Amino acid sequence: MPTQTLYDKLWDAHVVRENEDGTSLIYIDRHLIHEVTSPQAFEGLKLAGRKPWRIDANLAVSDHNVPTTDRSEPIKDPISKLQLDTLDSNCAEWDITQFDIHDPRQGIVHVIGPEQGASLPGMTIVCGDSHTSTHGGLGALAFGIGTSEVEHTLATQCLILRKSKNMLVKVNGAVGKGITAKDIILAIIGKIGTAGGTGYAMEFAGKAIESLSMEGRMTLCNMAIEAGARAGFVAVDNKTIEFVKNRPYSPKGEDWDKAVTYWNNLHTDEGANFDNIIELEAENIGPQVTWGTSPEMVVSVSDVVPDPTQEPDAVKAEGMANALAYMDLKPGTPITDIRISRVFIGSCTNSRIEDMRAAAEIAKTGKVAENVTEAIVVPGSGLVKAQAEQEGLDQIFIDAGFEWREPGCSMCLGMNPDRLEPQEHCASTSNRNFEGRQGPGGRTHLVSPAMAAAAAIAGHFVDVRDIGNGESK
Amino acid sequence: MEAFTTLNGIVAPLDRPNVDTDAIIPKQFLKSIKRSGFGPNLFDEWRYLDQGQPGEDCSKRPVNPDFVLNQTRYQNTQIMLGRDNFGCGSSREHAPWAFYDYGISCIIAPSFADIFYSNSFKNGILLIKLDTKVIDCLFKEVEATVGYKLNIDLEAQSITTPSDESITFEIDGALKHRLLNGLDDIGLSLKNSEDIQAYEERQKLLTPWLFSH
Repeated sequence: MPTQTLYDKLWDAHVVRENEDGTSLIYIDRHLIHEVTSPQAFEGLKLAGRKPWRIDANLAVSDHNVPTTDRSEPIKDPISKLQLDTLDSNCAEWDITQFDIHDPRQGIVHVIGPEQGASLPGMTIVCGDSHTSTHGGLGALAFGIGTSEVEHTLATQCLILRKSKNMLVKVNGAVGKGITAKDIILAIIGKIGTAGGTGYAMEFAGKAIESLSMEGRMTLCNMAIEAGARAGFVAVDNKTIEFVKNRPYSPKGEDWDKAVTYWNNLHTDEGANFDNIIELEAENIGPQVTWGTSPEMVVSVSDVVPDPTQEPDAVKAEGMANALAYMDLKPGTPITDIRISRVFIGSCTNSRIEDMRAAAEIAKTGKVAENVTEAIVVPGSGLVKAQAEQEGLDQIFIDAGFEWREPGCSMCLGMNPDRLEPQEHCASTSNRNFEGRQGPGGRTHLVSPAMAAAAAIAGHFVDVRDIGNGESK
Repeated sequence: MEAFTTLNGIVAPLDRPNVDTDAIIPKQFLKSIKRSGFGPNLFDEWRYLDQGQPGEDCSKRPVNPDFVLNQTRYQNTQIMLGRDNFGCGSSREHAPWAFYDYGISCIIAPSFADIFYSNSFKNGILLIKLDTKVIDCLFKEVEATVGYKLNIDLEAQSITTPSDESITFEIDGALKHRLLNGLDDIGLSLKNSEDIQAYEERQKLLTPWLFSH
């Protein structure tokens, strides 16, 4: 048998048929649904007189629009409410399992999938959301789709796809103290750019990746899309299997044993061919902070804001100059001089229990600075929230002056009431620093949870390694 | 989906890399449960000076005179010229819906983000990738000539400039066929229902745990 990459294996196992035009019909094992990208798909299905192919492959949850404040209050925005109600009624009509906003399991779709065992190694997983790559942390082929493809998945349990090229991102060695998966992925994006992975399926490997926890691997794969790759993944190992064990949707009994045997083959064979290989040395990665309006505009906290006049590529230089104008930053400014007024700890990138613990560890060391008008912590799901509360993390945050909120996408994109005011600088653990992403005119700096908590206390960016409690994950 | 065959239209240049889908259609408009009506909010934050809200009448809002689509010479734009990594970011199909609703059904750039690329072709929008040098020339020509139009012929895979220069482009054969004929992917896939059922029967034996929920 020829040697195969993990991507080759995942792909081959899901080919229903190869079409004459070179595309393939690929079977989808799990379809995750949320309220924003699904209403038009359900409507299209109905207009065409079609019905879902396989109800039990779907799992739905509301996350983008949900308020992170008291859930017993009615939703104030009537347009948000209509979208949430539409998901409720579509799920009721087709008998699709849904965690509604009062369900204790409700949360961000990319947090609840793995948490429930609804996302498993070896699966093809899709969702009408670009951060579906998150689930690749489990050794699954997971990627975001548009609404037409949501409808296609509902109707056929398949998608028409052309195979991507294979890319390997290898992170050698061990990261230093205080360096997290978030710093690794931002450093990768800084190196290869936001289009570096376009057209590729991206496998992350190397000692530094193997050492990551499952939460860390999900953070890493979450932002594969920010490196241009629709799907990112990590090979299955014992950590993966331990993580999946005993979750509500995970296989049990005889099925479990069969599954483990199957999953143990989910790694790239020795000598398999990659179309592109990128290598990084983990020891060179410092705590990352973005300074611009694209995730590739990133430097280490000990660096300064770069100078566009030093950039040889004219289009890039203009992009940098535009970004600096939007961010109101000057070249040469030390990153640690950037003052912030808002802090957001959460999102599908960094809202799992480890992220809460890492931020709380720093929150213990002080109080939110006076110039920070709001610092919110938004756990990724109701179960993460409950776990954090059981560990007393909520009280640590509250005592330090942070707000402890209900789960949802929140200020990652501000579809709910959580958003920045124009000109505000925000230390955010989310994934996109685009213009207006967190609110019109808002200025986002992407960082790890520990770095966000440290910035909240100092009122400006600080090197988390200087605080002395940063834990590698 | 409507077919795309030929297009002769005004070209507007958007001279910045990494145009993301948050810029193309900001978050507040994603709350709609419809596919249409996004055109007035295409590039909302760049196009208007105030903050747009869903359902608002955009004809009374203050426009940003500097934004390319607001300039007189680029009224009735049907083709957009862009830079690298066009359409990066979120998977929102509201982005191609907004272009289509505005009247832009062709975008030419050196590279596109994968999901935006796939979404656009499913909505009758032709995306053309050209070499950066060719794109640089087109930017110069468009900016130098008021009323600059390009003639696009998908069947022939060619672009004709006002000076009758012809530029050929590459495109995936499957995407071209679907766009030329305005084909419905779901209808095509459902013709293979028996293959899908046969796959499921095989997998129920090999990976039974994937069929227990």
